[in-house]
Amino acid sequence: MFTLILQIALGIMAVSTLLYVIRVIKGPTVPDRVVALDAIGINLIAMTALVSILLNTSIFLDIILLLGILSFIGTIAFSKFLEKGEIIENDRDR
Amino acid sequence: MQLLHFAILSPFVFAFIIPFLAKYAKRVHTGWFVLILPVLLFIYFLPMIRMTQSGETLRSVLEWIPSLGINFTVYVDGLGLLFALLITGIGSLVTLYSIFYLSKEKEQLGSFYVYLLMFMGAMLGVVLVDNVMVLYMFWELTSLSSFLLIGYWYKREKSRYGAAKSLLITVSGGLCMLGGFILLYLITDSFSIREMINQVQLIAGHDLFIPAMILILLGAFTKSAQFPFYIWLPDAMEAPTPVSAYLHSATMVKAGIYVIARFSPIFAFSAQWFWIVSLVGIFTMVWGSFHAVKQTDLKSILAFSTVSQLGMIISMLGVSAAALHYGHTEYYTVAAMAAIFHLINHATFKGSLFMAVGIIDHETGTRDVRKLGGLMAIMPITFTISLIGTFSMAGLPPFNGFLSKEMFFTSMLRVTHVDLFNVQTWGALFPVLAWAGSVFTFIYSMKLLFKTFKGNYQPEKLEKQAHEAPIGMLISPVILVALAVSLFFFPNILSYSLIEPAMNSIYPTLLDSHEKFHVHISQWHGFTAEVLMTLGIIVVGTIGYLTMNRWKGIYKLFPSKLTLNRLYEKLLTIMEKGSYRVTKQYMTGFLRDYLLYIFAGFIILMSGALVLKGGFSFTTEGMAKIGIFEMILTLVMISATAATVFARSRLTAIISLGVVGYTLALFFVIFRAPDLALTQLVIETISVALFLLCFYHLPKLRLKKKTRTFRMTNFIIALGVGMIVTLLGIASSSQRTKDSIASYFTKHSHDLGGGDNVVNVILVDFRGFDTMFEITVLTIAALGIFSMIKTKVKEEGKSGE
Repeated sequence: MFTLILQIALGIMAVSTLLYVIRVIKGPTVPDRVVALDAIGINLIAMTALVSILLNTSIFLDIILLLGILSFIGTIAFSKFLEKGEIIENDRDR
Repeated sequence: MQLLHFAILSPFVFAFIIPFLAKYAKRVHTGWFVLILPVLLFIYFLPMIRMTQSGETLRSVLEWIPSLGINFTVYVDGLGLLFALLITGIGSLVTLYSIFYLSKEKEQLGSFYVYLLMFMGAMLGVVLVDNVMVLYMFWELTSLSSFLLIGYWYKREKSRYGAAKSLLITVSGGLCMLGGFILLYLITDSFSIREMINQVQLIAGHDLFIPAMILILLGAFTKSAQFPFYIWLPDAMEAPTPVSAYLHSATMVKAGIYVIARFSPIFAFSAQWFWIVSLVGIFTMVWGSFHAVKQTDLKSILAFSTVSQLGMIISMLGVSAAALHYGHTEYYTVAAMAAIFHLINHATFKGSLFMAVGIIDHETGTRDVRKLGGLMAIMPITFTISLIGTFSMAGLPPFNGFLSKEMFFTSMLRVTHVDLFNVQTWGALFPVLAWAGSVFTFIYSMKLLFKTFKGNYQPEKLEKQAHEAPIGMLISPVILVALAVSLFFFPNILSYSLIEPAMNSIYPTLLDSHEKFHVHISQWHGFTAEVLMTLGIIVVGTIGYLTMNRWKGIYKLFPSKLTLNRLYEKLLTIMEKGSYRVTKQYMTGFLRDYLLYIFAGFIILMSGALVLKGGFSFTTEGMAKIGIFEMILTLVMISATAATVFARSRLTAIISLGVVGYTLALFFVIFRAPDLALTQLVIETISVALFLLCFYHLPKLRLKKKTRTFRMTNFIIALGVGMIVTLLGIASSSQRTKDSIASYFTKHSHDLGGGDNVVNVILVDFRGFDTMFEITVLTIAALGIFSMIKTKVKEEGKSGE
């Protein structure tokens, strides 16, 4: 019963990811796409968690943490790129 | 290693010493040192006549590459010894002549004699070696040294042209011959010519008989300047005259004749051999003599004359093959006898003629017959030499050329009686062509002699004041013409000593062991058809020479565009231009085209392999079930991939690519690969960031956001590659034959590797070497990027990378 619920949840997450992908593809502006990508990252976290419950293992917990960090960094990087045109600024004085 | 081996190799050894002598013993002409060697060799070879005369041969093996059957096997029999004596004898005379011909101050004597010695050694190797591979090695060495000698005055363009032409033609022939040798090896499983002759029955019945024969004949014909490969010889006349006298009349061009004679026991019984050899020979004879008449340069006349005379010898060798089919040998072997006799005669008179021409060139500054004339009184000795040489060449008594020409006619007349190989119908062609060729021979011989020495002396046209040559220059040609005369009066000093053993080696199977060829050359046979033919030649030839101005126009009938030289040039240009065009066609410089070739090749090879090897046997056995979750994830991945491909802007493509990477990480999660998933996530993030970096730095000018144009070929190729890879994946997973070794790693990672993370244990323990070099790769990449960014070397003038 519990497995079934988990699988349904996974299915829902997958469908939601698919919808986000549609947003990534269609998204009229770039920020739309970036936000969709960020959300996909969060979805991935959820799915990894569900899979690791389903597989009855704790080895994927690292991935969850990493994904959280990466999706944050990625979104920040994109945002900065969209705003300033570059990600890492150097030569501040200039 | 016997003395004989050393005799062949001694010129090479000597060639090493020559440069030092040329450099440190400047007061003496280097040629004097060189002269010692051929004279010694000649003296060394001379007593061997007694051995070959009694039918014995000398064979000695020096192992070189015994595992491949390639040994430096020396084999001295009548034929080899005859050539060895020619090479060393004429070699001595030419060296002596060159001492006076080449100036000590102006010329680079060191290199000249090094090349000459190289050639001499190579030529000795060709004629005295029994192993075909070693023979081929020496054969190519003669081509190479001939190339160096023709191009001796390398600052002249014509020399370089002639050298390149002769190298191209003779080396392509040589390569053909190598092919023939290898075919013979495949048939007989031996590189030794002796062995091949013993297995002649096997060779005769083999399918490769004809290809082997034709390939070897191609080699012989190119070297001996037969039609249509003779074109290199007239251009080789740019070489110094001693070289022309030695290489291009007496020795190297006879290497082809040697090979034909040497391989006669193997091939001569076939009709193809008879026809090819005799027809090519006789046609070359007529063609060469016909074209010799129109030449105005003395050396060109001699070059075409050499072509013609070589054709004559080769035709006689071909015709003599009829003897293998008839019992009464003497009747047809007279052709072989005449061939050998003329070979010797030709070496004597042609060598002396070349030297005489060299003297004229040396003393007047020109070789053009139109500028020369009236030299008879000024250069009486040279005139006498030339007279004997040309009369002998024309086949007049009392010189040796007369005897061999008579024998030539005898053999050509006897061919008409052959009723083998459908000769009856065409047999009459031989004497007619032979006679016509001899008439032209007579005409150009007379032209050579009388245009140079008779007529009016024209000092205003000459570069130098003409005078007689120094005595040293005259010694060699005088010796040669003395031979030419004495061979007429005493031809039989040759018959038992040299000709008969040589015939024995051309047709070893023809006679029983105790029989001997009956070789007797007499000056007068009685009033026979041959004598009438000679008389006819003299009459017609004299008329032809006197009326030459009237029929000269005949040469204009041959349009200059249709000559063989033109064909050669055209062929070279076409090949050069054609290959340039072909290369230009596919080497477009566009990476996309090359990728197209690579992928198309991949598709063709892989699909071919799959079809041929029966790769299409798919089973669904052992496959895991696919849940709805996986299906949806696959859908996500597919749509993200499609978005990457069809994206309008680059940013969309990068983001979609990121989606693909993240989904892949999720697949790693589902398929229980946590380490892979971790790495994949980090790497994907970094590479997306890098893509963004690249995207930002795209040049402003071409920042047009264009959609990809659709190309049908690209589409088909991409579809093909995808399908092939998918098919390969399915096929390989459904045809797995062995279990994987993964169970070993899972079982032993704890007790052997001391860790529970199997992936990491494999990476650093079981297969740590891979990891080490992956680290190296990353290091190199990092260093590369660093140096690319930091060290900007700007090339001046050119647009750098």
